[in-house]
Parts: sequence; structure tokens; C-alpha cells
Amino acid sequence: MYKFAKTPSWLYLFKPPSEKSPAARYKKMRMNMVVITSIVTVLPLFFMFVVNSWQYYKSSKNESLASLQVLEDKTRHSIELFLEERLSTIRFISSAYSYEELEDPQKILRIFSVLRTELGGFIDIGLINDTGTMISYAGPYTLLGKDYGQQPSFQKAILKGQYISDVFMGYRAFPHIVLATHHINENGKGWIIRATIDTSSIDEIVRSMGLDSRSDAFLVNSDGIIQTKSLSHGKILEKCTINLPQSTDKTQTIEGVSSSGEDSIVAFTRVKNTDFTLVTVVPRKSLYKEWHSLKVDMLIVFLVSAFLIVITIFKISKILIHQVQVADSKRESAFRELQHSQKLSSIGRLAAGVAHEINNPLAIINEKAGLMGDLMEFEPEFKNKTKFMDLTSAITKSVERCRSITHRLLGFAKRIDVKIELLDINEVIKEVIGFVERETLYRKIDLQLELKQPIHLISSDHGQLQQVFLNILTNAINAVTDHGVISIETRSEEDGGASITIKDNGCGMNAETQKRIFDPFFSTKKELGTGLGLSITYGIIKKLGGEISVESKENEGSAFTIILPKEPLITEEEQ
Amino acid sequence: MRPKKILLVDDEAEFSSTLAERLTLRGFESDTAPDGESALVKIEEEEWGVAVVDLMMPGMGGLAALKRIKAMRPDLPVILLTGHGSTKEGMEGMSLGAFDYLIKPLAINELIEKIYEALAG
Repeated sequence: MYKFAKTPSWLYLFKPPSEKSPAARYKKMRMNMVVITSIVTVLPLFFMFVVNSWQYYKSSKNESLASLQVLEDKTRHSIELFLEERLSTIRFISSAYSYEELEDPQKILRIFSVLRTELGGFIDIGLINDTGTMISYAGPYTLLGKDYGQQPSFQKAILKGQYISDVFMGYRAFPHIVLATHHINENGKGWIIRATIDTSSIDEIVRSMGLDSRSDAFLVNSDGIIQTKSLSHGKILEKCTINLPQSTDKTQTIEGVSSSGEDSIVAFTRVKNTDFTLVTVVPRKSLYKEWHSLKVDMLIVFLVSAFLIVITIFKISKILIHQVQVADSKRESAFRELQHSQKLSSIGRLAAGVAHEINNPLAIINEKAGLMGDLMEFEPEFKNKTKFMDLTSAITKSVERCRSITHRLLGFAKRIDVKIELLDINEVIKEVIGFVERETLYRKIDLQLELKQPIHLISSDHGQLQQVFLNILTNAINAVTDHGVISIETRSEEDGGASITIKDNGCGMNAETQKRIFDPFFSTKKELGTGLGLSITYGIIKKLGGEISVESKENEGSAFTIILPKEPLITEEEQ
Repeated sequence: MRPKKILLVDDEAEFSSTLAERLTLRGFESDTAPDGESALVKIEEEEWGVAVVDLMMPGMGGLAALKRIKAMRPDLPVILLTGHGSTKEGMEGMSLGAFDYLIKPLAINELIEKIYEALAG
């Protein structure tokens, strides 16, 4: 019995197959396959992409923030060092020199020139006595005798011993900082050394942070007033556009929108012993630059992989569905063939029974009528001789017709029982011609026989070969017009086999049709044909170990050649 | 030339007797046997020119009878008659030594032709 492989049910997950159109069913099946497979393959990939992205983002963020903090600390330290260096130098001057020495304009001028060459950044230096009057001065301005008694630099220096001012413009109209130290000698006399330094040196330190063009770094005082150059957060001595919380010695970071409208990270820390806070503003994008490029790379990898997966699934599903389709159609054709042969088998058995039973009485009728004819023929004087002769000859002719019918019925029955026997294919061809003789006569088709005599006898299946030749001959008859020519040629093959060529001068086929004629359900006769004839023919020939080929030209005709081996491939037991 | 004596072996008496008569009309001496066994007896007793044997017979079938005849009288030509539409059993008979085979219902002229061929050896 045939056992058919069922189409896997998972292919129908989304919707059970509809019975109306096989093409739509296969399309649906393929879509389901593509969607399900794509989901189960691309989805994990997507999750991996998301999880990885998140992990990378976190570690990248921590790393970037840590490096920003390190940079902030280093810069702050440099500023602290810069200021401390200058303060300690002034402190040293005020203790190393006596008041009288510092009072000497030549001396202070010399000290000033050494300071400028050795340390840099100094604008001027001056000595202020304990009442606040500038006693001696070296620098570009005329500040000698100026009273600083009421100024915070004087008062705070006396109070705390040293003082670093905020940035201010003062007389000089460019930003500078005042450094002042208070010294009291062993006689109790006190004085102040006051120096101003240019903030451009601090700008340089900030610039040396090596920030990119979109980032900004500057100093603000405790009131939020900008002290050094800022790119985008306000001018010097103006209020900073970012509101910062109280700064501490430890670097803090806040995330938020900066004044330039860009989402940025702000790092800030207080410069020790001053009123200044170092602020560094880095756009999130530049800080997470590496993360962004990594994200883009990962996204590209993900998209390319997903694309390749989907394309592969599409291709594979096409192949698989095609195979399912082929298997289905094979199954269907096998099923039909089975049904057909079962039907034929039962008709065949019935026909064989009837033919057998009829054959004997028919033989008797034949002989009786024959004898009647003989008697009249051998009797010279017989009344109504001609009339009786006509009658007996009509009876024998009818018997002859019946004989050909019973022979055909028996031949048909024999086709059903698969059996390998020694055959003369010329005989098989003659039997088959018997089936189509009437039509060829009626349509005046010229049937030319070139049968090789004697031909190699071959072991094959009589009934199956009859069916094969009948199929091809019927196709040829359908292909030719009335008065067309069909030739049948048989040959002995060198290996002991035999071959048959059935050629017609009919409509022929184009290359495309030629390629497909042995496919099951391929028919050029539309609803008139089942499209099974030649596929069954092909199957039979293959089963019998033979070859079938076709040569055809459109409007010129076709020639089918069948080569049959001496012995079939199958053994008697296999049938 | 063998004697123009024909033995017709067929279980269908109507058939064989009519055929015998027709052969007689054509100048043959003929007799009938209804089965293999009686045919063998007649062959044993008399000299025959040709035996025409039906393949489908009750009891001993045509092929079995053929084998026995050939064993007994290897030179006696045997023409087989088959009711089958197929040539298969006829061919099988020929491989067993039958002269030829004909398909029932017969065409008398064909039979006569074959008988003459057989008689000529």
C-alpha cells in the first residue's frame, strides 16, 4: 500500500491550509515558514544586540566619566600649583628682603624683571605699607602712592596673611588676579607685597586639557561669575549660564542640558585656597564618542546579519516549499495512478471473463457458418446460393469483428497484470495499432510501419508497453491533421535490446513544452487532458529500465524514441 | 509428404465436429478427440498427418497434451489453438515444439495454409 508523508503541521501554525487553491496554500505555507523562522532567529539576535548595547553603554559611560574626572582633577591641580607657586614666590620675596630693600625702586624693579623672566605671568609688583599706601612699584602703570587701605586685597591679606582676588578688569581693562601676602618683621613692622598676574596663563592651563572644539572649560567664582574665557557659557565677569551646586574639593559631575542647548555632562571642582571652581562642560556626544561608533558598528552588524538571515530563510523556504510541492504532486499522481489502475484492473478482470466465455461460442458460430458456406460452395446446384453465401459471409465477418473485440478486451485485461515475459515489440506495436486503426482510417492518417524483422526479443511487460505505445500513438494522432503522416520504426539494439521511434508531422512543441512534457499534470490540452499520460509513460519506461526521449520542432512534428533493454531492471519478485 | 489425416483435439464437440466436416470437404481425412487423454490413445493407434490441439481443455490441458504427444511422436506436427487474446501461451507452446499456433475463432484459410505447411514438413 502507498503510505504518504504528511506535510508537517507546524507549517500551518498561523492558519490551517485552505482547500481552495494549492498555489495560495503553498504561498501561505512559505510565508508562515519565513515569518516563524525569521522571528526565532532574528529575535534572539536583536535581544543580544540590545543587551550588549546596554552593557557597553554602561561600561563606556563609567569609563568616560572616570577619565573626565581625572582630567578635571589634573587641571585643577595645575591651576592650584600655578597660583601656589606665585604666592609662595611673593611670600619668599616679602620675607627674604627687608622693608628698606623693597622700598628701593631699583631693587623692586630688579625683582620684578627676575619674576617675569623666571616665572612669567606677572603684570606688576608693589610694596604697600601697613597704612595701605603703595610705597614702591614696578610695572607698566603709575600706582605709586595709591591708597589701598580700603580695598579687600589689603584687608584680607592683613587678616589671613595671603589673598587671591577674583578676576577683575581694574585699570588695566584686561582680566587679572591680585595676589597679596602680608609680612611682619622681627621689629613688628608689617608690609604687604601685592602682585597682579595675567589670567591668560590660567587660560593656557585650561587649553592644555586637550578638550575637543565642542567642549568648554573655565573658572567661576562662588557667585557663579565667569573668571576665565568660556566658549559658550558667558563672557568674563558675567554670570555663568549654568547653575552649579556648591562645589567641593572632590570632583562632581552632573548631567543635563548646557547653555548651548546641547545635552552635556558638567564636571566641577573647587580650586583649593581660592574662591574659584573649575567647570568642564563636555557634550554627551563627544564624551560617548566611542560608544556611539561602537553602537553604529553593532547596529550595522545586526542589520547585515538580520538581512542575510532573512534572505537565506527566503531562499531556503523557496527550495523547501518547492520540494514539498513536488512531493505533493508526486504523491497525488501516484495516488491517481493507483486509483486508475485499480479501476482498470476491475474492468479488466470483468472484460477477461466475458471475452473468455464469448470466445468459444463465437468459434462455434464461426465454424457452423463456415461449414454452411462450404456446403453451398461445394454443392454446384443450390437454390438461393448467392443469397445464402452472402448471409454466411456476413456471419463470419461479424464473428471476425467480435473476435477483434474480445482480443482487445483480453489485451486490455492483460495490461493490468504486471508480468515480465519474452516479447516481440513488433507484435505489441501491431496490437496497439489495432486500437487506433479506426481513427486513422476515418481521419485518413498515413500510418507507415518500418518494423525490423526479425527483431531482438526482449523481456518486458506486455501490458505496460501496450499502454506506453498507445499513449504516444494517441498523442501523435492528436498532433497531426487529417491526412497527416505517422511513422513507426523499430530497431534491434546492439546490446540485445530494442528501440522504437514514433514520429509524426503534426504541430510539434516549443522548447519550453518539451522540457515539461514528462512532468505530472503538465498538459497542453487544458481540460481535455489529465497531464498524466506521458508522466505515466515515463514512469513505466524507467521502471522497465528503458529510456525515453523526444525531439520536436514547432509546426514540424515530434519524434519519440524509446529504447528498451534486453532485461528489465526489476526482478519478478519486486513487482 | 505426410498423410492428409488431421486429428482435432477440442473439448467443444460442436466446434471440432464442424471443423472436421469442413476439412473433409477440403479433401482431408479428419477425426476428433474431446480431450488430451483420448487424443493420445488415437495418436498411439494411428498415423496422423497433423494434430490440431486446443490449449484450454478440462483435465489434461493443451500444453500438457503437447508435451506427451511430442514425447510419443516427436515428428508429428502440432498446431495449437488458443482462445486467449495473447500470443504468450502460443509462444510457450512453440518453445515446447509446437509447429505454430492460431487464435480462435479461426480463419479457415489460415488453418488450411498452416496444415499444408506442416504436412510439407
